Amino acid sequence: MQEFIDIALTVNGEPVSRRVEARQHLVDFLRNELGLTGSHLGCEHGVCGACTVRVDGAVVRGCLMLAVQADGADVWTVEGLSDSGGIADLQEAFIARNALQCGYCTPGMLLTAAEMLEAGRRMTRTEIRAFLSGNFCRCTGYHAIVDAIGTVMERRFGG
Amino acid sequence: MADPPGAVGRPLPRSGARRLAFGRGTYTDDLRFPGLLHLAFVRSPHAHARIVKINPGPALAAVPGARVFTGADIARVCTPWQGLMDNLPTMVSPPQHAVAVDRAVWQGEPVAAVVAASRAEAEDAAAGVVVEWEPLPAAAVRDRTLDEDAAPVHPELGSNLSYAAAIRAGDAEAALAGAAHVVEGDFSFARHTGVPLEPRAVIADYDPGEGRLTVHGGHQAPWHQQDTLSRHLGIPEHLVRVVTPDIGGGFGIKLHIYGEEIAVSAVSKLLGRPVKYVADRLESFVSDVQARDQRVSARLGVGEDGGIRGLSVDALSSLGAYGSYGRPPINEGMMTITMAGGPYANEHYEGRLRVAFQNKPPSGMYRAVGQPIACAVTEQLLDRAAHAAGIDPVDMRRRNYWTDEACPVRTPGGIGIGRLSLRACLDRLAAMMDYGALRAEQAALRGRGIHRGIGVATFLEMTSIGPERYGPAGARISTQDGATVRLEPSGAVRCVTSVIEIGQGTHSALAQIVADRLGVAPQDVAVVGGDTSLTPHGGGAWASRGLTIGGEAVWRAAQGLRENILELAGSILQADPADLDLAGGAVSDRATGEARIALAEIGRIGHFRHDTLPPGVQPELAVTRHYVPDAVPFALANGVQGSWLEVDPETGEVRLLEHWVVEDCGRIVNPLLVEEQIRGGVVQGIGGALFEECRHDEEGQMLNATFADYLVPMAAEMPDIHVGHVETPLEGTALGTKGAGEAGTVGAPAAVLLAVNDALRPLGAQVDSLPITPESILHALAAGA
Amino acid sequence: MKAPRFSYVRPESLERVLELLAEHGDEARILAGGQSLMPTLNMRLSEPRLLIDINRIDALKGISLEDGTVRVGALARHAELLDSPLVAEHLPLIAAAMPHVAHVAVRNRGTFGGSIALADPAAELPACAVALDAAFVLASLRGRRTVPARSFFHGLYETELAEDELLVEARIPALAAGYRSSFLEFARRHGDFALAGICCHARIDGAVLSDVRLACFGSEDRPRFAGAASAAAEGRAWSGEVKEAVKAALGGDLDPIGNFHASAATRLHLARVLAGRALDRMAAAG
Repeated sequence: MQEFIDIALTVNGEPVSRRVEARQHLVDFLRNELGLTGSHLGCEHGVCGACTVRVDGAVVRGCLMLAVQADGADVWTVEGLSDSGGIADLQEAFIARNALQCGYCTPGMLLTAAEMLEAGRRMTRTEIRAFLSGNFCRCTGYHAIVDAIGTVMERRFGG
Repeated sequence: MADPPGAVGRPLPRSGARRLAFGRGTYTDDLRFPGLLHLAFVRSPHAHARIVKINPGPALAAVPGARVFTGADIARVCTPWQGLMDNLPTMVSPPQHAVAVDRAVWQGEPVAAVVAASRAEAEDAAAGVVVEWEPLPAAAVRDRTLDEDAAPVHPELGSNLSYAAAIRAGDAEAALAGAAHVVEGDFSFARHTGVPLEPRAVIADYDPGEGRLTVHGGHQAPWHQQDTLSRHLGIPEHLVRVVTPDIGGGFGIKLHIYGEEIAVSAVSKLLGRPVKYVADRLESFVSDVQARDQRVSARLGVGEDGGIRGLSVDALSSLGAYGSYGRPPINEGMMTITMAGGPYANEHYEGRLRVAFQNKPPSGMYRAVGQPIACAVTEQLLDRAAHAAGIDPVDMRRRNYWTDEACPVRTPGGIGIGRLSLRACLDRLAAMMDYGALRAEQAALRGRGIHRGIGVATFLEMTSIGPERYGPAGARISTQDGATVRLEPSGAVRCVTSVIEIGQGTHSALAQIVADRLGVAPQDVAVVGGDTSLTPHGGGAWASRGLTIGGEAVWRAAQGLRENILELAGSILQADPADLDLAGGAVSDRATGEARIALAEIGRIGHFRHDTLPPGVQPELAVTRHYVPDAVPFALANGVQGSWLEVDPETGEVRLLEHWVVEDCGRIVNPLLVEEQIRGGVVQGIGGALFEECRHDEEGQMLNATFADYLVPMAAEMPDIHVGHVETPLEGTALGTKGAGEAGTVGAPAAVLLAVNDALRPLGAQVDSLPITPESILHALAAGA
Repeated sequence: MKAPRFSYVRPESLERVLELLAEHGDEARILAGGQSLMPTLNMRLSEPRLLIDINRIDALKGISLEDGTVRVGALARHAELLDSPLVAEHLPLIAAAMPHVAHVAVRNRGTFGGSIALADPAAELPACAVALDAAFVLASLRGRRTVPARSFFHGLYETELAEDELLVEARIPALAAGYRSSFLEFARRHGDFALAGICCHARIDGAVLSDVRLACFGSEDRPRFAGAASAAAEGRAWSGEVKEAVKAALGGDLDPIGNFHASAATRLHLARVLAGRALDRMAAAG
């Protein structure tokens, strides 16, 4: 029962231990304590998806989880997934299709898209749109993002 | 002079996209400063109230080390500003303090700034600041703001009216009286805001040793911010530097001068420490500028042949408690009455405008400023007139466009039209939509009780505004841009531009322009910008001006460098520069195309081997040029949008099925960038048509200031958007580009409104208020039944 | 927008959770999925002294079928419910509702128990529980008790849960032979809270409906069992006439609360339209 707690976790494949304030959410921890500024804050009330990170294999709202809750967890951010090459085809498709403008939503969008690909099958544009609907993009109008994800599905799962 | 085939015109991926897609973007909040303090604001809970007393005691007790600055504290180092225009002597606007002094005039206005070691602690302390309030009556209902008994927003002004204007051409009343069909509408356009996903953020770092202020922040017009900081904080302009790192969207919201940003600099000056403020989303909704918010009554008269006889438009445009500083706050309304009817031949027009203050967040420019309103009003009335005259809506438009023979022409609203391509755009759109087949499908489905609608809306987009608007207003905002293009010793090229990159990809397009001028590949050109202390002076990212003005400056600088390189090469090669060309990274023989000397050699000799050059040769391998748009007062883009949707008359739900745009933004430098600007703009327009609205109660409290309640369009509800182009190069410029950033937002609300009403017409219902909600459709159906 | 200061504890046993609840009462909040609690903390709308994180209590996890009853642990994540073959087979109403619950990242964290205990009037799961005659198991140091869903929801964010009580699990009758479910909601955007929603569960024999249970959400301050509307369909063969009777009766069941998203009248209208359509679908599904 403390305001400061020691935690140990794995972030982007590397062990990390810190003492954190109980009230600090996961994305503030990643950004401010670890310098992983690729995850962004767009609303801090769980609607926009800019803070999306992967915890124990599933995407979560990084602003709706406390850092202390990630004690023992396996956390991945856009930086780690970029280094590992795990989303390289998605990133290339986003770039080729210009599926990003200001780029603020992009890390969260990519992580959500990566989870969509976990289904292991091609989806219709309607399905892709529904899956993306927890991630705001204010710049692109979504069309190009749907195109980019569809392209990767086609490449990974066949035409 | 046209460029040979090269990078310009090709859909090249953006150079900066890779960095952003790898999470390596650097937005303001990502920057790290030693000794940084964090700032949070105490904001007014009332839309209008007198500040009786501010007691910081509990805050300081809760967070030892915190500092609290009231409006009066800030005012000691920062003078207030006043949003007046020299050329509009009848417009009134009161002085505005960075932080409210004595009286708060909207819910959310900052009344104290609190500084601590972290944002969380600053918020802890802010929660402890006790403000004693005397609530005052608020003016918060748009259509009652000018009533006799309305509460005064600024009692010293004597009225809530900021400005009134009228435009008259011919005799609209007589023309309407004589028209075969007169249709009308009483339209309402809700207040909304731009919602860039990255909130406004600023880090101010005042160095007391040198008296320098460095501000990092996502600003769309950093020179305007620099000027404001200099004059209102009393710091010489050459000691103020504004740096714009990556910017997470702007849409006009980050164009303005905000009390928060100026107050952060004031606090940094007072403390001699770097201070950061990042708006959270709740603050953004009560402090970002808000826009639209108009009621427009309009009437259109047409003859039996469908030809327009006259148009009358009466607009009440609502500001917040203040207009924006340095930008004409009346523009939302002025664009409505000047652009209404714009695409169509007409002689008789009357436009009236009243602009009123309310106790709501300040008003400012948001993507497309007033034009979506002008477009929706015009296009909806034209559809109604088409129906009244029994003419197909597409045919109705074709009949009424300004003809090529009539142009150039000044519209009754006062817009100078040079060359448009409306018919070509309309034909292209009708083909893309397969308009005839769609109408047949619509009719067939109606027989089965499925109500679909088609909306086809023509738009004009005023882009790249030149000096004739801002200059006479006395606004210290430049309408020119500048660029330096230089050859590096390696033969690579650097372009330093005043163009601000906020995600549009303009910097990438600039590299394409430079590449073609200098005969190199786009990847051999690095574009940098975003630092007022290093780049040429410019205007910033607004009015879809980056390529048309900034690009022209870059073209000219690159052209200058090209000439200098060829002159130097001529000296080295003992050749006439006129016989030389630049291609493939080398100086080549113009006649044979054969490479004579690599640019890398020119770079090496020009930088390091002056000893080998003939006496008197002074290599100038960096060239700076500025471009003031002088060919036309603004670049007028045009196009047509089409919407295909389904209305569920039982629930009022609107399901968007497909959307088409054909636009003409002049010469296209990079179609990939243009198309994504169009699509993004369309979705913001759809937001205004179906979802977005800043809802306030009658006391001026914003009711939906969260992302859960302010409905930003999301992927699932948006249609696929097909984009086609017609290219009519802008005359009098080297590049021939016009802006494209706002076209989507101008035309989409009209297209959707028309389509909804097209679906509702057989049911006897029409809606005239945006956003169209399920509830408003149900009400319209009930009224029509 | 940073949460106020609080303390945090992550007990390893249910017993310890109940002790902490007994000790701290309303100064403590249970942290399950956090998808509703965390926004209120970030916005400083709620300032508890202590968060009790129950995420590692195994006794609260899992979904299982026991003697015709599906046990849904309080910590069952929305994503688990969505993907569960057991839920798809035995609780088709909930399976139909889950795609409407928020978005993937929220479903990966949000819990069944959290949704029930929060009792948001526009949430899907409380209404599903009412329509399915679920029972909730509540535990405290004082002991355990089982509360039917229909008497669990008291008002806006108010439930039968006492300050020292924890929702442990729900027991939901599995789909019985001859029964069908139908779920519909109307929201402005995919995943948003609904302006109106309807859960239908009934036995259908031929076209004749019996044991009809309609529950509405997004209308009032709590999920509402629509007794009159259910009765209007009871024992009758589904027809246009019965549909009109159900829609009319719904006016007696519901007294919706309007707000800026939709007025009371609109919410009632939408509930009626959805009820008619949901029953249409259910009747047609056979």
